[in-house]
Formats: sequence, structure tokens, C-alpha cells
Amino acid sequence: MRLKTFSGGLHPPDSKEFSAGCPIEDCPLPEELVVPLSQHIGAPAKPVVQVGDRVLRGQVIGESGGFVSVPVHAPTSGEVVAVEPRLHPSGRELPAVVIRVDGEDSAAEPMSALDPATAEPDALKDRIREAGIVGMGGATFPTHVKLSPPPEKPIDTLILNGVECEPFLTADHRLMLEEGEKILDGIAVLQRILGVEKTYLGIEANKPDAIDQMSALCSGRNIEVVPLEVKYPQGAEKQLICAITGREVPSGGLPMDVGVVVQNVGTCAAIADAVLRGLPLVERIATVSGDAVVQPKNLRIRVGMSLAHLVEICGGTRVEPAKIIMGGPMMGMAQLSLDVPATRGTSGLLLFSEEKVVRRPEGPCIRCARCVQACPARLLPTTIAAYTRLDMMDEAEQLGALDCIECGCCSYICPAALPLVQTIRHAKAAIMARRRKG
Amino acid sequence: MIAAVVSLGGIGLAAALALGAAARKFAVEVDPREAAILEVLSGANCGACGYPGCSAYAKAVVEEGVSPALCTPGGQATIEAIAGIMGVSAEASEPEVAVVRCQGDNRKAQLKYRYLGLVDCNAAQRVADGPKACPGGCLGLGSCERACPFGAIEMTPDGLAVINRELCTGCRKCVSVCPRNVIAMTPRSATTHVLCNSHDKGAVVRKYCQVGCIACQICKKNAPEAYVIEDFLARVVYEHHDQAGPGVEKCPTSCIRDFRFGYPEGSSFGGGELPSEKNAPDEGTGTAG
Amino acid sequence: MRQVIFALLPACAVAVYMFGLPALVTLVLCTAGCIGFEAGCQKLMRRPVAIADGSAALTGILLAMNLPPSSPWWLSLLGAFVAIVIAKQIYGGLGYNPFNPALVARVVLLISFPVQMTTWTAPTPIGSGLDAVTTATPLGRAKEAVMLHGALPADLPSGFLGSFLGDIGGCLGEVSVFALLLGGLFLLWKRVISWHIPVSFVGTVIVLSGIFWLVDPQRYPDPLFHLVTGGLMLGAFFMATDMVTSPVTTKGMLVFGVGCGLLTVLIRLFGGYPEGVSFAILLMNAATPLIDRYLKPKKFGLVQEKGGAHA
Repeated sequence: MRLKTFSGGLHPPDSKEFSAGCPIEDCPLPEELVVPLSQHIGAPAKPVVQVGDRVLRGQVIGESGGFVSVPVHAPTSGEVVAVEPRLHPSGRELPAVVIRVDGEDSAAEPMSALDPATAEPDALKDRIREAGIVGMGGATFPTHVKLSPPPEKPIDTLILNGVECEPFLTADHRLMLEEGEKILDGIAVLQRILGVEKTYLGIEANKPDAIDQMSALCSGRNIEVVPLEVKYPQGAEKQLICAITGREVPSGGLPMDVGVVVQNVGTCAAIADAVLRGLPLVERIATVSGDAVVQPKNLRIRVGMSLAHLVEICGGTRVEPAKIIMGGPMMGMAQLSLDVPATRGTSGLLLFSEEKVVRRPEGPCIRCARCVQACPARLLPTTIAAYTRLDMMDEAEQLGALDCIECGCCSYICPAALPLVQTIRHAKAAIMARRRKG
Repeated sequence: MIAAVVSLGGIGLAAALALGAAARKFAVEVDPREAAILEVLSGANCGACGYPGCSAYAKAVVEEGVSPALCTPGGQATIEAIAGIMGVSAEASEPEVAVVRCQGDNRKAQLKYRYLGLVDCNAAQRVADGPKACPGGCLGLGSCERACPFGAIEMTPDGLAVINRELCTGCRKCVSVCPRNVIAMTPRSATTHVLCNSHDKGAVVRKYCQVGCIACQICKKNAPEAYVIEDFLARVVYEHHDQAGPGVEKCPTSCIRDFRFGYPEGSSFGGGELPSEKNAPDEGTGTAG
Repeated sequence: MRQVIFALLPACAVAVYMFGLPALVTLVLCTAGCIGFEAGCQKLMRRPVAIADGSAALTGILLAMNLPPSSPWWLSLLGAFVAIVIAKQIYGGLGYNPFNPALVARVVLLISFPVQMTTWTAPTPIGSGLDAVTTATPLGRAKEAVMLHGALPADLPSGFLGSFLGDIGGCLGEVSVFALLLGGLFLLWKRVISWHIPVSFVGTVIVLSGIFWLVDPQRYPDPLFHLVTGGLMLGAFFMATDMVTSPVTTKGMLVFGVGCGLLTVLIRLFGGYPEGVSFAILLMNAATPLIDRYLKPKKFGLVQEKGGAHA
């Protein structure tokens, strides 16, 4: 049978063999945690602790700053030593709570456990918000917002994203192998909230063990495991919906416009913890890999651990890393230094040596159309980029610059090494800025 | 032969008549003053006046009675000419020139990271607030150079924008395109400027730039009238720029520059006495003294 | 670029084998000329000299492929000048030229020097002991006969195998369809070119010439004749697929190929020149911006919007 997929995309070497076989390890606590108050898309949390306060694991240290926002919790017990701007993965200095870890890891009183079979959907949604749960695939969009579609947009399908199409990353893969039941518990909660008829779990075909494991677990639960073609960006929300249901999210729209909600499997596990055990989101699984790391691993990390600490646990670096990426190599964010805290969205940490970081000089575009063929949004990347360079933003917008999902296929495939996705991102920002102005 | 001449001539005549008739019939009424003003304007369509192009400005002057003094690139002569056409008095205005308030090129100022991407300052600024360690320094990717309609801006080999004071007309295009507000409009007569745009404390500035203002107050001590220090950054008080000399010599980081004695290092515009100084009385309007 | 040059090597080898030293001289002169003009131009314009990218060498080889083997030395160099300086560097260099440089050069030479450009030597394989003999191309003979007598000549080479392997007169690149096909398939296999342009180009030629042949086989040659003679294979696999001057979208490529095929057959059958591939490709080059403008791929998510919101 032909595997389901979408049009466009490409096949970068998946490089998952370095860490795919490594069971999840608990990452020991460092001496200090830097917990950013901005770990999600939306309004940053407001700090509710002061220097000198003693905090317990799971205690709220930042209150949510609006509907599209979630609270932040202390990842372990210790003393607050500073509330100040610290270097954030975004490259800016943003407010963070610095906690000196006491090593006891004593937990605050957990929230009451809820039974997904009987609890009201609204109560479940509130719990998800209180537990600070965000999209853990990397986008960190508050989950309760995604679960609250307006009444005129009925949802009939829930899709679980276990695709993990980014090269190197194996965190979701390990999670499905080792904590499949937890994911199922989370799915039950989501099914209860959304009242959907159909639930799919999409997994790329390069994880046959995970497909077998999850298929066995899902049998008899009205969840269909869908093996998908190994192709980047198979895990991009809109591409995943298209591959599984054949529905295309309209340009400028959201998955809810076609009656679908997509959740990452990591988010599901976090939801299970929050609802069934009353535990807020303070830890996650992250893959540490790349050729500059001595021993690639899948770690269960606490939010706020510095990247340097994670690298140390993985045996340190083999050579001076030339590029540090938080997230996957295609869409992750390059980091200024290792003195940056991990957040709820840190699905991976990749360190590459100078020789792996290919830097070629830019050449002229010879219109080879590789980017056009690779673009999963079916845009003309090179043409949009050319207009952007000429500051012709009207034309760039007309060509659909705003429909770009920033997957990076165009820049990856470009034989002239043109910064295509970077240029289109610039165009998007410029177009949005102009719209705001009026 | 004759048939050819007659027929071709006939076609030509008919076409000429048709064209002439069309020109009469579809003629667009234009105020002659509008055309006259358009003649006077430079035609660079730089937008300094706030209108999209010279013809739009000319129309606004004639139809809406907009001030004739908005064409700063044209200078006093243009303003007077427009005022003459419109029959109003010309207001005196001090011509301006843009100055890049930074000397921290890639050798003198530290980089936070290596930027690889679209060569555009606004794009670079979006990536972790720009690759320069200094939050206010010139990013050196040349967005202003490309925006300048008069070719007055050059990028030095080490990545610093330098504005030629001769070619700059004060149209402010570069000011609007610079994401870090490095470029400031200053009176043309003032030649001394503090070339730094960092409001960080001195100790911080020292870490990332050899030629940044460390707010040490020495300039102010030597020329109290001519300098103010605001938020850890010195600034020339342009009303007293003629007294700024002592501060230039004493500045420990050489971040104060008198453009009469040259442009920043690496610039091809050179140094020494500038022709503008000799011409100053011509274009000056009396405010300089 | 390197792979395209590599793919042209078999055709070059056959040409040199068939036409001997003059072919080699033409090849070397064109390639060296193009590289030289490219370097000189870039020096003059104070741009980085980028002859290492292989694009000038490729243009040179393609140009040689488009010249008769007995071309005088100045014809080759003039062609190189036109291709690189006039058709490429003046427009801004690699990636900015609207027309295929080698074809511009060929057409300029064909129009300016019709005698030199149509003096063909019959293939005299190395070792056959023959001196060069002038001959006419099959296409040229077909055209001449149709013009003069209103019917095809009786002795038109019907030996498909001969012309397929390279035993006909013509330009360097018109000789061996087999060698060109070999290179073309290599490019397809390596995914340097996509199948859209060659297939739609050749397909259109087959279908259209087939229709005419069925209508009047006395007057119009059969599709197989069209396939193995002239520059069709060279054009379809190596010239029309030039990325710079062809559309970027899949739909656009198909339209481009069909257009090339259509024009080729029309020129061959009804035009003033016996061979129409180069004119056809140049004309479609001119249409490329238009094709790209109107045949954009349907953006992801646009289907539903039309069905829903505007229904």
C-alpha cells in the first residue's frame, strides 16, 4: 500500500540512528535553574514570587497574563535568587525566575486528580491551562486555546502528531515506545473535551517499532494509527492534516476551519499527567544529538536547565560546536550560547562541528525550480525572495508569502545556497508590520 | 511611385489629424504653476517632503497650499523658487544632513553571532536583535545605502555605513529604513558629532566596542556648553557646536568626530577640509553663526 | 553544470569521430572562447570571475553542438562572443539572461552567415580514408524538394538506424541521436532535469508531425524522420531544459515543451528554414515570464477557500 503523504517536501538524511536506540534517561538536577516566564506563544506570565522565596516543585511562580497565556511552575524545590531578564532561546533577554536548587526536589501539593470519563470538558480545559500545557512539538502554543474552538467550527477529527519528521530528533519516538499508555490517557482526555468521532495517530514509517507498539495499544479504542511516508515536513500541522484526511486547511486559516485539532504526542503525555495525576508541566523529553556531542541521548529534562548542563550530562562536546540549535535542524532556532535555559518547547538540542556546518557562498538563482518543487505550501519561493529583495512587498504578498510555513525546504534544497526561507520570513514580518500600521 | 507618395502621405496626414483631435479632446487641465514647480524640483522622487514623488508634492503645493519649504533636498534655492512661483514668502530653514552615529565597524565592535541570511539590516535585526553585541550600533548590511536615492551612502570594507555630507540632501530615507535608529538628522553647519548610539553604561560599552561613548564626561568638562550626557551617551548641543572642538581632542575613545578633519576610518570619502566648509556661507542661512 | 557537460561528452565523442579534426577544433574554440569572454567580461565589470561554475564552458559546448563541423575559426569565436557577451553578461550574467545564450549565438550566426552556417560535410568516420565531402542535411533536402517539387525526394534516408547512431550530415549536435539520448537519460536519472520539457516537446513533435504525415505522406515526412534528424534531441534534452530560460512550475514546463514542439513542426514544415528547433526554443524563452506569471501552482489551501467562502 502506498503510504499517505502530502505534495512537495524533501528527504533530508534523517540521522536519527544516533539516539533512536537510547532509552529515556532522567537528567540530574543542576545547581541552578533559569525559568523563563515566556515559554509559550502569547502574553508572558507575570512573576508571583520574590527573591528569597522558597518554592516547591509544581508551585506556580508565574501567573498567566491573558487568555492566550499559561502559568509557569517551579520545576523543582529551591530558593528564588533572582527575578530578572536573562538570555532566552529567542536571543533576547527576557524576564526569568532564577532558582537555586536545594536538591530535595520536594513537591507542592498536586492538584486534584480528574476522571476524564466523567469530568466536564470545561473543567478539563481549565486543568490543562492551569498545568501550563503548551504545544510541545516546538511551537509552544497554549493547548487550552487550541481546544476551545468557537461553536460555529465543529470539530470531528483529532489527529495526534507522532511524526517527528525533523532529522536527529527521537524524543517523541522514545516517548511512544516507553510511555505509550500515558499518551493514550492523554488522548482519552482530548476525546472527551472535543467529542470527536475520529482519532488518528500519524507516525512516519521510519519508526516501525513505534507504529507496532502504538497499534497494539490503540486497538479497540477507536484510534487509527496511520503510517506516513518518510518525508519532511510530514509533521507540519497543515501537511499532516492533508496527508491523513485529505482536507486542506484554507490559506490563512486554522486546522479548526476543516474540523480538525492536531496535538503532539508529547503534549498528550503532559495532559495525562495534569489531569490524572494533577501534575503541572515542568519536565519533558528532549533529544541531545549532533556530531559535536560525545554521547547523544534522550533525556527527561526539567524546564530551566541550561543547555550547557544537558551537554555535560551527554559527556560534553567532542569539538568546539560551531552551531547550536534548539529544536530540529530544519526549523529549530540557532542559539547564541549554551547559557540558555531549556523551555517547554525544547524538543531537542543539536550541536554541530565546523565541518558539519556547510557554509557555501551565495550564487545567482538559475531558476532551477528545486524550491518550487519542494515547497509543501506550493509557493514560488525564489520569486517571492526576489521580490522581497527589491522591497516589493505587495507582489510578495500576492504570491502568498504569508502562506509560507517556514519549513526551510527551499533553503535546504537551493543549489545556489540562497537564504530563501530567511528572506520570506523577512517578507512576512514586513507585510505583517505594514498591516498593523494600517 | 506617385501612388506610394500620395497614399503614405495621406495616411500620415490622417493620423496627424486624429492625434491632434485626440490631444484636444482628452487634454487634462493642469495648473501651469504645477508644471513650473515640477521643473524646479530635483525629480528624485525621494519622498522627503512626505508626498509620493515630486509631482504629488507640486500638486499639493498648488492645490492645497502646502508649504513650499518641504523640499529639503533641493535646499534654499528650490524653496525660494517654489515660493516665487506661488507668490508667497520663503521661510528660512536650516538645511540638514544625515549622520551615522556609529564608528564600530566589524573590527572595532564585537559581534554577538555570525549572521548568515538575507543581506538586509531589518532582516538581521529580527534575528535575536541583530548580530552586533552593541544594541545601537550600525549593522553594516547596507539597507541605508540601497535606500539612498542620491548615492550618498557607502559601506566601508569593514561594514560601516558612512554618509557623504556633500551628496546628502537630507531626505531622511535612510533614517526611516534603519532598524536601529543609528542615523540622525543634524544641522548641516554642525560638523562635530558624537558617533555612538549606545545607551549602555561605560563598562558595558567598553566590552563590545573600542570606539563607543563610555559617558566619561571628559568632553563635557572640556566644553561644557557644547555637550550634554543623556542616559550614558554624550550628545553635541548643536546650537553651540562651534565650541565642541576641545571635546573632540580629549575623547578617550575617539568617538567624537569633526567631519572637517575626515570621515571615519575605511571610508573612501577621505579626510581633510571639506568643500562644504568653503561653501558654507553660500548655503548657510545665518543660523550657522 | 558539470553533470550536463558530462552528459554531453558522448555526443561530442561521436561528433569528433564522425567529422574528425574540424569538429574537435570547433569544440575547443567555442569552449575556450566562451570561458575567455566570460572571464574578460566579469573582470571588466569588476565582478568575481566565476568561470569555475562551468556555465560558460557548457554554453561553449552547446554552441559548438549548434555549428557545422567545418565552421571557420572566426565563426566559432564570434559565436562565443555573441553567446557570452551579448546574450548573457549584458543582461547581468548567469541567471538573468532571458534567452538561451548558445541559441542566440546560433541564430545570429545563421542569419548573418547563412553560407558558412549551412555548409555541411558528410560524416567521414576517422579511419575511413575519405576526405571531407560536402553534403546536405536530410531536413534541408526535404525542405528543398518540397519547395521545388511539392513532394518529398524519393531517396530520403529512411535508414532509421544510421541517423540514430550518427551517420548523417548536420551540426555537431545533430549527428547522433543515440549519444544525445544517452546523455539526456543520464540527466533525467541524476534529476538534473525533469521529464516535463523533453517529453512534452518530443511528444508534441511526434503527434503533430504524425497528423500531417497521415494526411499527406507524399509531402510530409514521417514522425520518425523528424525525431532522428536535426537538432530535436539536442534541443529537447539540453537546450529547452536550460533552467534559466524555462519556466519554474511543472505546468509551465509542460506548456513550454508543447509550445516548443508546436513551433518546431510548424517551422520545419511551413517556415523558410529547414530546421526550427532553435527558433522554437528562443520564441518560447520569450514567453517564459508570461508562462510563469499565469501558471503558478495552486497554493496550499486555496481549493477550499474558493469552494467555501465564495460559493
